Amino acid sequence: MDQFTLNLIVIGASFALYFGIAFWARAGSTAEFYAAGQGVPPVMNGMATAADWMSAASFISMAGLIAFGGYNNSVFLMGWTGGYVLLALLLAPYLRKFGKFTVPEFVGDRFYSTTARMVAVICLLVISITYVIGQMVGVGVTFARFLEVSTTTGLLIGSAVVFAYAVFGGMKGITYTQVAQYIVLIIAYTIPAIFISLNLTGHFLPQLGFIGGYAPTGGETYFLDKLDQVVTDLGFTAYTADTTNMLNMFLVTMSLMIGTAGLPHVIIRFFTVPKVSDARISAGWALVFIALLYTVAPAVGSMARLNITTTFWPGAVDGETFSKPALSIAEIDSNPDLAWIRNWEKTGLLAFSDKNGDGMIQYFNEPKPVTDANAALAAASKALADAAADADRAPLEAAVAEATAARDAALGAAMLGGQSLAAQGIVGNELTTVNNDIMVLANPEIAALPGWVIALVAAGGLAAALSTAAGLLLAISSAISHDLIKGALNPNISEKGELLAARISMAFAIVLATWLGLNPPGFAAQVVALAFGLAAATIFPVLMMGIFSTRVGKEGAIAGMIVGLLSTSIYIFMYLGWFFVPGTNWLPNTPDAHWFGISPAAFGPIGAILNIATAYIVSMMSKAPPQDVQDLIQSIRVPKGAGKATAH
Amino acid sequence: MADKTSANAYWAANIRVITISMIIWFACSFGLGILLRPALSGISVGGADLGFWFAQNGSIFVFLILIFVYAKVMNGIDRAHGVEE
Repeated sequence: MDQFTLNLIVIGASFALYFGIAFWARAGSTAEFYAAGQGVPPVMNGMATAADWMSAASFISMAGLIAFGGYNNSVFLMGWTGGYVLLALLLAPYLRKFGKFTVPEFVGDRFYSTTARMVAVICLLVISITYVIGQMVGVGVTFARFLEVSTTTGLLIGSAVVFAYAVFGGMKGITYTQVAQYIVLIIAYTIPAIFISLNLTGHFLPQLGFIGGYAPTGGETYFLDKLDQVVTDLGFTAYTADTTNMLNMFLVTMSLMIGTAGLPHVIIRFFTVPKVSDARISAGWALVFIALLYTVAPAVGSMARLNITTTFWPGAVDGETFSKPALSIAEIDSNPDLAWIRNWEKTGLLAFSDKNGDGMIQYFNEPKPVTDANAALAAASKALADAAADADRAPLEAAVAEATAARDAALGAAMLGGQSLAAQGIVGNELTTVNNDIMVLANPEIAALPGWVIALVAAGGLAAALSTAAGLLLAISSAISHDLIKGALNPNISEKGELLAARISMAFAIVLATWLGLNPPGFAAQVVALAFGLAAATIFPVLMMGIFSTRVGKEGAIAGMIVGLLSTSIYIFMYLGWFFVPGTNWLPNTPDAHWFGISPAAFGPIGAILNIATAYIVSMMSKAPPQDVQDLIQSIRVPKGAGKATAH
Repeated sequence: MADKTSANAYWAANIRVITISMIIWFACSFGLGILLRPALSGISVGGADLGFWFAQNGSIFVFLILIFVYAKVMNGIDRAHGVEE
């Protein structure tokens, strides 16, 4: 059986499982549609939250981001887990005690104002829609890769699958499907990780292998030291090298942490458990299941990076990096263990070109002067080749000669392995593309694991993408049907009518998300940074103040949310373009142009501080919340008396 | 809930637990993982230095322990103040 057929069988079986679960757990009431009837046990809710939280980006891209970003990209590891501490301690138990269905509903009741609720709906929609764009793009790319179809077809198939189980199942169907999706994705992630760790370090647990000895040299050298040495030999920054901007690293981590705690689709997970104490422990279980992947991710990334590097420099396995010649093309085509190189070359995630024609692929960090000189030479040569037949060729030929001399000087000055590039006949880096995603996707093949593991990774990537998209779509649809329609437009809507409205909003949200996924504004990755920044600057502070302050009233909350929303989006748009339209940015997105070196992705905590400061100042100048709100605050602060949620 | 004083005592106990937990949360991630890494580079955890290990693995383990201990301590405080469900 070929790999593609095997992929289809495993993916097909996993989809059949999801549909079966969705049918079994379909929602019959609004309580089941919005909050799964508040009957989800904490461990299962933790698994569902973990699947909801870990997107295609966590599953496929994060290990590669860490592999190539090294210590600097620890921000993702700490930021996307530390937020759960904030959720467990500061938000989840109180919001569960409040006992309603949506985040804007809490804001509306606590700040006794439909206006506050509508501002919260706007913040929620901006956050969730920007976040879902990235997920839909991820769904399309993932389906396209594993089903060998175009990205557009992949996106449409993915939308149809989400539509089928999310519209009918609601939160209940989504939750139980996510439990199954979590199991698929975590098995798919950890099996290759265990094999690669055993291979490189002899440790069964990747977390121990990561800090253990490097097995091919008898374990005397630490794995991390070996990796640092090999990549620095090739001119890259060491994996464990210190950050160059501590303030920015601090703020990005903070932004991701409080952004995580402020994401509506994560918060509503804690409305589904039976009790307040379950909400606390459920956040713990969610983090257990997230940590299973997140503590393995740096091991996967760094080990896959060493594997790829030593594949191209075979001498580095048990000796000096340059003790053997670089990998030859003849070897790539004849050694069955290296068939993955050609396989992934087809997808464009890996690309190489034998620039100097020596039959070998030299992989290293090309110094910028060499890159620039090569580009200048190519431009000069092209000008000469394109010149009209009757043109004066002499100046063009002189330009080529000058560019050649400059390039040769650059090659003479650039060093690799103690010798200049010129002396070794190298003209540039020949492994031209190594996509981040390959660190996870190609891992089973690099470690020569059986075909079913490769198929499982495909199913795991799809599970990660689908589960996150479904959770976001639910948050969007409940904001529309429960907060907008029932909360403001038609408060007298019947239970049946609201359930129908919820399903229609869900269908509408899927169509909108699909359309945005097909026409994404700017880069999806930047859009996700906006979602975290806005969640950090709007939803998280307003919920915190709602619980921990008895003084902040509606005027303060509304002003605070607006200030947080505007300051953060304006700061991001200033550098990334207005509404992410390329070319409309006022300032270049470079560290020098950033205000105090704070990157757009790091602005969330500043927005949150502005939000809180505004809310307190405005509240001091306006009336304190009335007595019934004071009673509400006292009631959410104690667990006793938490019952089933009521739909008013 | 018995009366306002006991409610205030419960809330004060809750805030105390949260404050201590948040200090630990900050210290392991932002403290050891980022701000203090250069100062602690001499201490190693296997093949990694302390700050690096906390940034890539250690702080996640601390977060986990923190949430479970918090949940357990709070359940105890709930019972002691008679506000459990």
